[in-house]
Amino acid sequence: MEWSIAGELLANAVVTGILLGGFYAAVAIGISIAFGMLDIANISHPVMIVLGSFLAYYFNAQWGIDPLAIMFPVAALFALYGAGLYSLYFRLFESREKDQRRGLAFFFGLLFVTEVGLILIFGVDLRSVETAYGEEVINLGFISVPIRLLIPFLIGVVMIIGLHYFLNKTYFGLAVSAISQDMLGLRLMAIDPIKIKQLTFALSLASAAFAGAALIIIQPIEPSIGREYIGRVFAVCVLGGMGSLQGTLIAALLLGTAESITSTFVGPSWAPAIGFGILLLTLAFKPEGLISRK
Amino acid sequence: MKNPDYGFYSFLLLGALSVFFLVQLLGGGYYLLVAFYVLQYVVLSTAWNILGGYGGYVNFGTAGFFAVGAYSTVFFFKLLGLQELKRLDLGFLEISLPYLSFIYFPAAVLAGAFFSGLLGLGTGYLTLRLRGVYFSIATLALSIVAMTIVVNWSYVGGARGAFVIKPTVVAGFRDANLFVLCAMILLAMFSLAVARNIERSKLGAGLQAIRDDEDSAECSGVPTLRLKLQATTVSGGLMGAGGALFPFFVTYVDPIGAFNLAHTVNSIAMPLIGGMTHWTGPLFGATLLGVIQQYFGSKNIITPEMSLLIVGFLMMLFVAIAPNGLLGLFKANDKTSGSKRSTKKPLIFGKDGSI
Repeated sequence: MEWSIAGELLANAVVTGILLGGFYAAVAIGISIAFGMLDIANISHPVMIVLGSFLAYYFNAQWGIDPLAIMFPVAALFALYGAGLYSLYFRLFESREKDQRRGLAFFFGLLFVTEVGLILIFGVDLRSVETAYGEEVINLGFISVPIRLLIPFLIGVVMIIGLHYFLNKTYFGLAVSAISQDMLGLRLMAIDPIKIKQLTFALSLASAAFAGAALIIIQPIEPSIGREYIGRVFAVCVLGGMGSLQGTLIAALLLGTAESITSTFVGPSWAPAIGFGILLLTLAFKPEGLISRK
Repeated sequence: MKNPDYGFYSFLLLGALSVFFLVQLLGGGYYLLVAFYVLQYVVLSTAWNILGGYGGYVNFGTAGFFAVGAYSTVFFFKLLGLQELKRLDLGFLEISLPYLSFIYFPAAVLAGAFFSGLLGLGTGYLTLRLRGVYFSIATLALSIVAMTIVVNWSYVGGARGAFVIKPTVVAGFRDANLFVLCAMILLAMFSLAVARNIERSKLGAGLQAIRDDEDSAECSGVPTLRLKLQATTVSGGLMGAGGALFPFFVTYVDPIGAFNLAHTVNSIAMPLIGGMTHWTGPLFGATLLGVIQQYFGSKNIITPEMSLLIVGFLMMLFVAIAPNGLLGLFKANDKTSGSKRSTKKPLIFGKDGSI
């Protein structure tokens, strides 16, 4: 009897973990693009996701708009912001030196400023959205699938698959892959790599809007919650192999499952340590990640 | 440095004495708090600068290293029951309460430095062989995980925090807080001396080579990994030493206060604003920024959040426009005026020649 309970718990933890992993993929994909393909260590990405969540919250609280509807205009807004941010970044850092360290300090400042700005506007209270499906659960035998986890999972998976096709089947996508492989070759084909990078960075920030909508569907948010995701997203990116979309998805599912099992059997407060543990171990023993591009 | 540098050490001593007497003159109280706050940041930003400024490796984990030092004090206070300790009987020597502080303050600082240094060494060992970006990300995640551990560790107070009763009487001091301040003054002096000695040693030269071009340094036989590890350990150790004094001053430590990201932001912004290539940069930046923050905070002109927002903006501004800080700006001015002179000379010469 006890064993069957443990088995049910484990099965539920694995299902929850996989759903959570899909969401982590949505969170990590923007970093995977920016860091893995463009070599821009945008550590302010998690706080941009939180900003996306707060925008979703705001529109939901004011006019009752569903986060899933508002994420598209927010994504357009974020894309514009990303394009502007990249041209600033290029002018200030990338055009001057190939070293990323100063750019990193810049993004850290941006992370901090955005977070404090959110605190000043929204305060430090937890905020959540009201949706029709927030409390719904699908029961499949002893396994229960909460809708608030299923939707973010689907968002993540759709984003990964969509990007995969976009990068491998379109002209623009091939140009993006060329950036990390042969910049000079790209120039010789009369393609402006800076333009491509700018658009790709805009794409990476647009993904934060979708991940932000997913985040606020999953859990209530407060401004500093993005920090918990820094360890997670970089764990996913590094473990998956920089810039590899399949790797990102696999690593996100692994992390989600590991965290969910830990939450169930050890305690939810320990879950944030898992991502960091994975990050450190990967950096130490397999820094090229599970699926290496090179 | 074969002959000890008397100028530098007398400068340190003079600075320390003037801080001490200024606080006395102003009547302690609030000014004592300001002095402690500023000195704490002198220690943290000097420590950060050893790796970040000299070596060019950005550490986002100051809050983590600081908190590990603070919590090592909390831990040992509880483990050894120092709260209730009235006297220490060593058999041959009995130490009474007023003198106890002279033992456990240095002990706490050493313990904090040891654990944070070890943490720095461990993190560095795992991540410093890769590109610098990975080290930065690992340190950022590190403080979050260290916080998770402390929140879950009820022995040191968990999420609620823990009290550290500070010594009520210290021999020779009418106010125990003044004693804590003196300990911080000594630590700040020590940090500055360490930073300056590193700057002028082989380690400093190696770190500079790493900052300028790590591949070339490696090829020229600079043991880059070893130097980076040494710098990370020393830097982390100093941060932990600063953190170890923190509980004595505030008497109450909780995870949110100890792991505050403000420690990290300030300790990066201060050297950036002051100047990262020289030991005076962090000192200058920490004094400037610390005093300004405290001044505006006390007048209720800006809220703590606003002041952090401004620090964040300043940090972005300096990293973008003046990466060598205010000191770098002064030096650049000197250089341009110097080069003007040197370009003028041949001009006049040419004119003379043509005539």
